[in-house]
Amino acid sequence: MTKTVTDVICPFCGTLCDDVECVVSDDGKQLLEVYNACVIGTEKFLHSQAKDRVTRPRLRQDDGSWKEISYDEAVEYSAQMLAKAKKPMLFGWSSTNCEAQSVGNEIAEISKACCDNTAATCHGTTLIAVQDIGLPSCTLGEVKNRADRIIFWGCNPAHAHPRHMSRYSIFPRGFFTGKGQMSRKMIVVDPRPTDTAKMADVHLQVEQGRDYELLDALRVAFKGEWLPDVVAGVPAEKIREAADMMKSGRFGIIFFGMGVTQSLSKNHNIDAAIAVTKDLNEYTKFSIMPMRGHYNVTGSGEVFAWQFGFPFSVDLTRGFARYNPGDTSTIDLLIRGELDAMFTIGSDPGAHFPISAVKPIANMPSVCVDPHLTPTSGVSKLHVPVAFNGVEVGGNCYRMDNVPIDCRKVVEPPEGMLTDEQFLIKVRDRLKQLKGVA
Amino acid sequence: METVTITLKNAPALYLEADTISPDAFAGKTAAKIAELPVFEGNVPSTLGKYFEVSGDAGATAADTKIIVKGDVKKVKYIGFKMTAGELVIEKTADQYVGAWMKGGKILARGDVGAFAATAMKGGELVVEGNAGNYLGAAYRGDWRGMSGGKILVKGNAGSDIGMYMLGGEIVVNGNADVHVMTHAEGGKTIIKGNAASKLGGQMVDGTIIIFGSIEVMMPGFKPNGEVELEVDGTKAKFAHFIGDMGERHKKKKGVVVYGNLYKKI
Repeated sequence: MTKTVTDVICPFCGTLCDDVECVVSDDGKQLLEVYNACVIGTEKFLHSQAKDRVTRPRLRQDDGSWKEISYDEAVEYSAQMLAKAKKPMLFGWSSTNCEAQSVGNEIAEISKACCDNTAATCHGTTLIAVQDIGLPSCTLGEVKNRADRIIFWGCNPAHAHPRHMSRYSIFPRGFFTGKGQMSRKMIVVDPRPTDTAKMADVHLQVEQGRDYELLDALRVAFKGEWLPDVVAGVPAEKIREAADMMKSGRFGIIFFGMGVTQSLSKNHNIDAAIAVTKDLNEYTKFSIMPMRGHYNVTGSGEVFAWQFGFPFSVDLTRGFARYNPGDTSTIDLLIRGELDAMFTIGSDPGAHFPISAVKPIANMPSVCVDPHLTPTSGVSKLHVPVAFNGVEVGGNCYRMDNVPIDCRKVVEPPEGMLTDEQFLIKVRDRLKQLKGVA
Repeated sequence: METVTITLKNAPALYLEADTISPDAFAGKTAAKIAELPVFEGNVPSTLGKYFEVSGDAGATAADTKIIVKGDVKKVKYIGFKMTAGELVIEKTADQYVGAWMKGGKILARGDVGAFAATAMKGGELVVEGNAGNYLGAAYRGDWRGMSGGKILVKGNAGSDIGMYMLGGEIVVNGNADVHVMTHAEGGKTIIKGNAASKLGGQMVDGTIIIFGSIEVMMPGFKPNGEVELEVDGTKAKFAHFIGDMGERHKKKKGVVVYGNLYKKI
């Protein structure tokens, strides 16, 4: 016999689909089938059932081989590393729950560490822009029920957030958008003709790295001012046409991704996009929302901001929170040689950082807490496998529109495995002993 | 004026945060007392004397104190942090935050300076004989009040984001500048004697940018406004005049809308 668990939250991307159904064995130990999730989400659930899964911590030996150790030994290594380091980094946090993130912040405070989440290589620039200029945003529910002008700027949800368009932005028939796709106009801004761009009413094929100019041109077009004939590879008439299409809607939304946050101009691109949104509110209702990647990167920003006052790249080395990406951001710290220990959890910098930032990780005491085998676990000294968040343990997480949702436990983790939170609590308590903190 | 010379003898393994290297912190102290000033290497508190050899006593006030920083300080941050008076000479390349939040006095950096030099500067003078990093004379993150006074001269090149949110003062770069000059500025002047990349004056409300070399890509929000004859830093020449950023908000003075100005040498 099997049983079906309904209303499961998918712990893959920031869309946090909440209609997934999982078929599990009667004893609740095996996950057999996944319904409603996209291929990536399905794979994330089913990967927890991999037969070759690592279930115990492993410490790298001098000859490069791995030696299986107990969780207590792993706790000791981690706590000793953090207690001795002059400037340790606690990086990641985006694929774990808010409860674990909060324990992580305690560890950061006790060890006077730097802490950062994956926004540093993703939407961190968005957060900088929000600090500069503010953020007129809304929830995905409002988008579904009201939005009739959808702009995807530098993002490709067809592949990166596969169910975003069907659940919230393009296809659903909402309260005021009864005709679904027919009631919406879609603009895509992307240098490439992506699968998302192919669906658009208007595709502005912007020149690589010239988004800032194009956004500025839109602002000029709203005001009916002079424009050069071509801006960022797009003819002025086409920019004015897109500007009119945006202005004529009842409710518009700009979704943007790493095509703008991590290309030339970075935070300025978002700054300008938010300015475009503000300008449009003189004509109609407009909102803007980042397409967050990791399922709980938004939550990590929330927990950092709630406890330290800054959403990412926090430096606690002086005993109080400081923040200045470029100085306190992980890649910069690694490349400049400012760190002497690296603790990674719930992310894979080994796969996403430039190689010049990954090499230093291999040369310093390092811990990788991750249920998977990743390039980061490959370069770290200690690999601590844990239960899958959102599959084998629940916990709080935040959707890309800052709506908190509780994840569900679907199956039991393999016998004797700890969750992120349980492991972190042990590290925190041992660290308190080492540092003599009550 | 009394001179204090500090020479790096023990280089830090990581980076040193030495926000006490300023005439204000040194003022009224003997060499021995200066050596006791706090510095940080990561989360480890330490003293200036552990890393630097200190010779000479400081003057009674910051204005009476001159500091000469010798040795390889490329891993030392915050030199001249929040200084209000006096003089500071850095013989070699220094790291981030040189003269950050400075209000007065004079800094001469004979080498390069890292990013965030003269962050939110209010007054004084910073001369860099080498190159400057990114965010020269820019605002601190999230602050809409950037550099409001003082003068910066960079004899080499400068990085990106010069004078972000600038309100006043002057920045002169003899070499080339990277992207984003005076983004969001509401005043002040930046002169670039070499070439500029792109995104000059984006979201600019007011202020002046003068470029002697080439501009890779102009911002679409800058509208041609004829030609003018200008005398800049002793050079008389003809400049193409642009006003903008036309997409941004602008103030009115005596009923006339005031735009940011961009001049490019013809």
